[in-house]
Amino acid sequence: MVSLLDIIGPVMVGPSSSHTAGACRIGLLVRGLVGGTPEKARIELHGSFARTGEGHGTDKALAGGLLGFRPDDERLRDALDIMEREGLDYQFEKTTISDDAHPNTCRLTVERAGQIATVIGSSLGAGRIRLSEIDGYPVELTGTLPTIVLVAADQKGSVARIAGILAEQSVNLATMRLSRIERGGDAFMTIECDEPPGDSARAAIEHLDWVKWVRTLDKVGG
Amino acid sequence: MYKSLADAIRDAEASGRTLSATALALESKDQGRTVEDIRGALRRALEVMRGAVERGLEGDLRSASGLVGGDALLVARSSAGPMSNTLFSDVLARALAVQEVNAAMGVIVAAPTAGGAGVLPAVLTGLARNRGIGDEAVIDALATAGLIGAVVAERASLSGAEGGCQAETGAAAGMAAGAATEMLGGTPTQVGHAVSLTMQGTLGLVCDPLGGLVELPCVFRNATGSALALAGIEMALAGITFAIPVDEVIDVMGEIGRNMDVRYRETAGGGLAATPTGRRLAKERLVQIRTAPR
Ligand code: SF4
Repeated sequence: MVSLLDIIGPVMVGPSSSHTAGACRIGLLVRGLVGGTPEKARIELHGSFARTGEGHGTDKALAGGLLGFRPDDERLRDALDIMEREGLDYQFEKTTISDDAHPNTCRLTVERAGQIATVIGSSLGAGRIRLSEIDGYPVELTGTLPTIVLVAADQKGSVARIAGILAEQSVNLATMRLSRIERGGDAFMTIECDEPPGDSARAAIEHLDWVKWVRTLDKVGG
Repeated sequence: MYKSLADAIRDAEASGRTLSATALALESKDQGRTVEDIRGALRRALEVMRGAVERGLEGDLRSASGLVGGDALLVARSSAGPMSNTLFSDVLARALAVQEVNAAMGVIVAAPTAGGAGVLPAVLTGLARNRGIGDEAVIDALATAGLIGAVVAERASLSGAEGGCQAETGAAAGMAAGAATEMLGGTPTQVGHAVSLTMQGTLGLVCDPLGGLVELPCVFRNATGSALALAGIEMALAGITFAIPVDEVIDVMGEIGRNMDVRYRETAGGGLAATPTGRRLAKERLVQIRTAPR
């Protein structure tokens, strides 16, 4: 359903909702995956992101997102300088991710406090984004709702157990997705919630001994 | 939101309300937010729009390629033209100003998109200043613009990559014309004609930015789009009716967009982008992302 405020908005730093605002949102979501500003990042740009990225400030927007700036934050313009000043090591490369990848796609490999994440994300137009792969797991993350992501040993009843915990904490589930690379291997779970899940829900999930790690991601748009 | 402007106009006239009141009531129901809350968000949008107009008129901004910037001030200061120092030239200057801010990574309101973000602020704030219209009426006009844009999004497209520039600056001009017509006291039916009279003039407009960047012709297309909106407002308030119903005008814009060659849909493969000079400038000025040494 189209909302008036989708049309008169968003407030954003120009020049392009896909190449600037969307890129910033990808950075913000990826930042959430490592729980804060990464110290190191390798940013590979594909397709139109590689071709017209600089003119559209895609590099600044991605770096700004990793730094925690939102799409309407004027500091995006100076994000590369800020990154250098803070001693962060972000490197940009051009690449071809795959022939059928969306034209506005990037792969980010980020590192913070010993934690590493590799993510593929695309900017779909009008500022909407989708992360399609995290650490090799196929995912579908849009950042339009508060989201819990976790990696757990693949075992029976895990989905029900986690749904149960969230129900106890009165967190409303919007969607839940499970993906795994191989049967019996680890599973990646993406849980979108109607409201921010809160620290106690996260702690309860983290407490399960078959859960390897868990993060809660703020919504980054729409 | 409504999927047909004819339906919205019919509901507004039947209840004796404006289109903005009709749209705000439905938005409130759709989104579960109060009308005051929605108007608050629109008020913030108006503040950002005004900020962008002012910032651009300072005249010192340049885009990443250096191809655009500083022209809003030229128009604002000029007394050489037949329309200098009138509402018309003020609206042109405002449209250029917002797009110059956008191209220089300043803050704008994407309305309906970043590429077409200059038209609505230019027409509404220019007219408000000229006629001494208060903010509340401008905020209502933004709701009407949102309604028109939502119908275009639903029936056609608001993306240059999908529908050419008729879907971006063309839609923006239709939104601005309809919104301003209500702000100036036009009836809901006249709002519909203002949209049609404006958008018929942008049908077929291609999206052909140099190097694929939202700079050239985008900045100027916001100015000419605003001029078309002023023409549409003038004709609609004079009582001109357009024989093709507004929903059909919007539908055909979508159809033309779908049939448009991909070269004319933001790919820089055709139009101004593919002229000899367009290609040369894109090559010379397109700055490249600093990549790590291999
Ligand atoms: S030419 Fe294309 S990019 Fe430029 S304003 Fe029009 S639709 Fe947007």
